Amino acid sequence: MTRHLTAALAVAFIAAIVLADLLGGAVPNPYRAPAAVALGSGLASAGGHCAALPGN
Amino acid sequence: MAVTETGIAATPAHQRAALIGAAVALVLAVALFAGARFGLLLAIGLGFGIALEGLRFGFAGPWRAMILRRDPAGIFAQLVAIAIVSMGAIPLLASHPGELTGAHAPVGFAMLGGAFVFGAAMQVVLGCGSGTLVNAGSGNPVGLAALPFFAIGSFAGASHLVWWTDLGTAPVVVFRGAGGLVVTLALLAAVAGILWWRAAPENRKLPARRLWIAAIAVAVLALANLAVAGQPWGVVYGLGLWAAKGAVALGVDVTASPFWAAPGNADRLAASVLTDVTSLTNIGIIAGAALVAAWRGGLAQALPGYPARAWVCTIIAGFLLGYSSRLAFGCNVGAFFSGISTGSLHGWAWFAAAFAGAVLGVRLRPLSGLEARS
Repeated sequence: MTRHLTAALAVAFIAAIVLADLLGGAVPNPYRAPAAVALGSGLASAGGHCAALPGN
Repeated sequence: MAVTETGIAATPAHQRAALIGAAVALVLAVALFAGARFGLLLAIGLGFGIALEGLRFGFAGPWRAMILRRDPAGIFAQLVAIAIVSMGAIPLLASHPGELTGAHAPVGFAMLGGAFVFGAAMQVVLGCGSGTLVNAGSGNPVGLAALPFFAIGSFAGASHLVWWTDLGTAPVVVFRGAGGLVVTLALLAAVAGILWWRAAPENRKLPARRLWIAAIAVAVLALANLAVAGQPWGVVYGLGLWAAKGAVALGVDVTASPFWAAPGNADRLAASVLTDVTSLTNIGIIAGAALVAAWRGGLAQALPGYPARAWVCTIIAGFLLGYSSRLAFGCNVGAFFSGISTGSLHGWAWFAAAFAGAVLGVRLRPLSGLEARS
């Protein structure tokens, strides 16, 4: 066996996460997407980050 | 088919063109399907994966080199990258407080303990937060095995985070503005000086050109991450979110945890991973590393064999990487790289505690069986 197998499994892992998420009903809406770049948008970041306490 | 100097068959041109085409198509699909910001974040993640794997820029390996051989070149490159980011990020955070957020977190007992455990675990599997993603993408079986348990650990650590932080946490300390930038750069220079002093005489030299290029590339991508996402580069949150979504799909009531019940986290649980900042950059890192490995022909390498205890240790270390990094408010990326470069004191505390843990981890690794390849 070569790394072809394990690299393919890694790619399949992320593909499975995205597909399961979409099939579970979490479908993005590009018409409600934020501005392409946060800097200069006038809006606060809404993403999750490991440094943030719950609720932030 | 041409053969490279390493004896590995080079990937044909048409396959390389297909790899580039697939990466571009992936970014465009996400941009069209989810939004331009999310396509950009996937592209930035791909850039991270290509830079980290392509230029062999990492965190666990250089720390190991310093501990075992007193060779600081790789850590010098990390400090250079952090310094470059801090020169952009700290002024930007001061001038755009409503749009940009730093990786700012409190120092606490659990935070320090978490960083120590993370440092030890990352030396056992030789993969940190970004390193585990890169290793998995490039076909390293240890990285691949650790990844899902890293995600589960991150989910569990986040679920228990409030209990751990209640054990004792100091106020958040941030080095802000011009003064904060001077303090950060001075501390980075001081660490570089200590490393130079502690280096073996034959290793007292500047990093190789490859590491300078890698440091600059990673720094530019980290600044792009901050500008596009409004927050610094992170890894661990996205992995925990993936496991949390899996738990919800299996019928687990994750809202019993104050962390996952908090409004922002509950919103992200319901939203698509294609709109989650760290999920997108994580996906990009795995795909970018896979692209580089395929480009180089490195996927033709035979898989090494390990004893059973090596796989058990990989699973345990993977879980601990995820769990401990949540308690530590980040891994080598979210706390060390992004924390320090955005002025957070917890990044420095993380560095000290994780390096102490790495000293232990280097000694634990031979016991794990992961060095007994067949």
